[in-house]
Amino acid sequence: MSGTEPISPYRRYLAGCEASRLSFQRDATGAAIFPPRMPDATDHGPLAWTDSAGAGTIYSATVVCPREAEPYALVLVDLDEGFRMMSRVVDVAAESVEIGDRVSADFRKLEDDGPVLPVFVKTGSDA
Amino acid sequence: MKSTGVSVIGVAESDLGMSPPDTTPVDLMAQAAGRAAADAGISISEIDGVFAATSQLRMAPLALSEYLGIHPRYFDGTNIGGASFMSHLAHAVEALRAGLCTTALIAYGSTQRSVSRAAASPREPNFYETPYRPVLPVSAYALAAARHMHLFGTTRRQLAEIAVAARKWAAMNPKAWNRALLTIEEVLEARIISSPLSKYDCCLVTDGGGALILTTTDRAADASKQAISVLGYGEHLSHQSISKMAELTETGAVVSGKAAYEMAGLGAGDVDVAILYDAFTICTLMFLEDLGFCPKGKGGDFVAEGAIAPGGRLPVNTNGGGLSYCHPGMYGMLGMIEAVQQLRGACGERQVEAPKIALAHGNGGVLSSQCTVLFGIEQ
Repeated sequence: MSGTEPISPYRRYLAGCEASRLSFQRDATGAAIFPPRMPDATDHGPLAWTDSAGAGTIYSATVVCPREAEPYALVLVDLDEGFRMMSRVVDVAAESVEIGDRVSADFRKLEDDGPVLPVFVKTGSDA
Repeated sequence: MKSTGVSVIGVAESDLGMSPPDTTPVDLMAQAAGRAAADAGISISEIDGVFAATSQLRMAPLALSEYLGIHPRYFDGTNIGGASFMSHLAHAVEALRAGLCTTALIAYGSTQRSVSRAAASPREPNFYETPYRPVLPVSAYALAAARHMHLFGTTRRQLAEIAVAARKWAAMNPKAWNRALLTIEEVLEARIISSPLSKYDCCLVTDGGGALILTTTDRAADASKQAISVLGYGEHLSHQSISKMAELTETGAVVSGKAAYEMAGLGAGDVDVAILYDAFTICTLMFLEDLGFCPKGKGGDFVAEGAIAPGGRLPVNTNGGGLSYCHPGMYGMLGMIEAVQQLRGACGERQVEAPKIALAHGNGGVLSSQCTVLFGIEQ
């Protein structure tokens, strides 16, 4: 990734995930931008890519209960850098995930033939 | 009370529920349009403004106009999900007032039960959400419900009150899909789809459609039935993806409702019947709050003890709503029809006593688009 070859925002994001980095953008005012945008698509360009430390707080959570598969914890995570994303909390019982839980990003394939993406593991609770 | 100078002169449902094989969305849309024209006492050829949307047609105004054999000079195919038709109404009022058309038709048709929801409403993939497998739309509304419960202590039992109230209204609507008695315990014990929402917190999946015809109030005097005035409206778009909604417990209905009330010179206390898009039980609860019927966070208390059921303090979703009457995917049209029929006194067993003001609120996407319309009988 030289920075000179054209690359879509999503592919740039995926390249970060492949290297276990949760990439997002900041605009000229310092505001966090996620999902990533095209460079000219905001009032406050240019947009600078940066990486999140991966620490965040569960904003909301739902246990999705498919008819013929294990339930899983689908969440919205507020990252400490100031952006929100959808993800899953893994490695614990889905029902144990609560709003306010502190979580940390990990990088996994959700499907065998899918990309490496950020998921989250619990690190404690905000109380 | 102020009026926009535009009135509804005809409304009609299409056939609802489950259609005969290979019925198309435009079949239902046009059937409703023809019935609405008959209801208004006009001929289809008088329609010169066409507003239409459905998830199953790429160019709904074209499909409908061809089917009806008309060549409208004004048209709008805005599709913002289930609130589209409230938005169409707002745009139609403005077009009628500007003289861009004289008789406006708004129409909807869907065969999503016949062809399956997946076939009727395919979603474009969202790179940042789809891989995590949200079951949309229900998981998005579940995230809002979970957040509401966390912040305000709202309970599943309170949400269940909303499903039970809708079913009690549906029991009095011969056109309702599901009229059998439903108890709070049944809602609580039903299979969880995406916590905290169970099967009975979720709307029906049916076929169906509807149509509504508007003209300027001066021309409406010729209509065959009582014309119903459009008093005000408001529209708001807040996001598309649930991960981009700023605060999941406060919807754009705050904005759309305020605009509608201000245009009409009315407030929530003036509303005699409220039709609030109930794709999920949490919708009704949050729209009661956001449209000013109770303070934020108090929706659970407001709906308790059958308060929105027949005989309660506020008649809400008197047709049985998307939860028990009909939900073809973009229910907003049917909500407006019920609001008009209540004001006409045409609702039979479920008729509210002499309502003067009815509110119809539409919701689209995942709490994404919010549009509010106030209808009334001019004194």
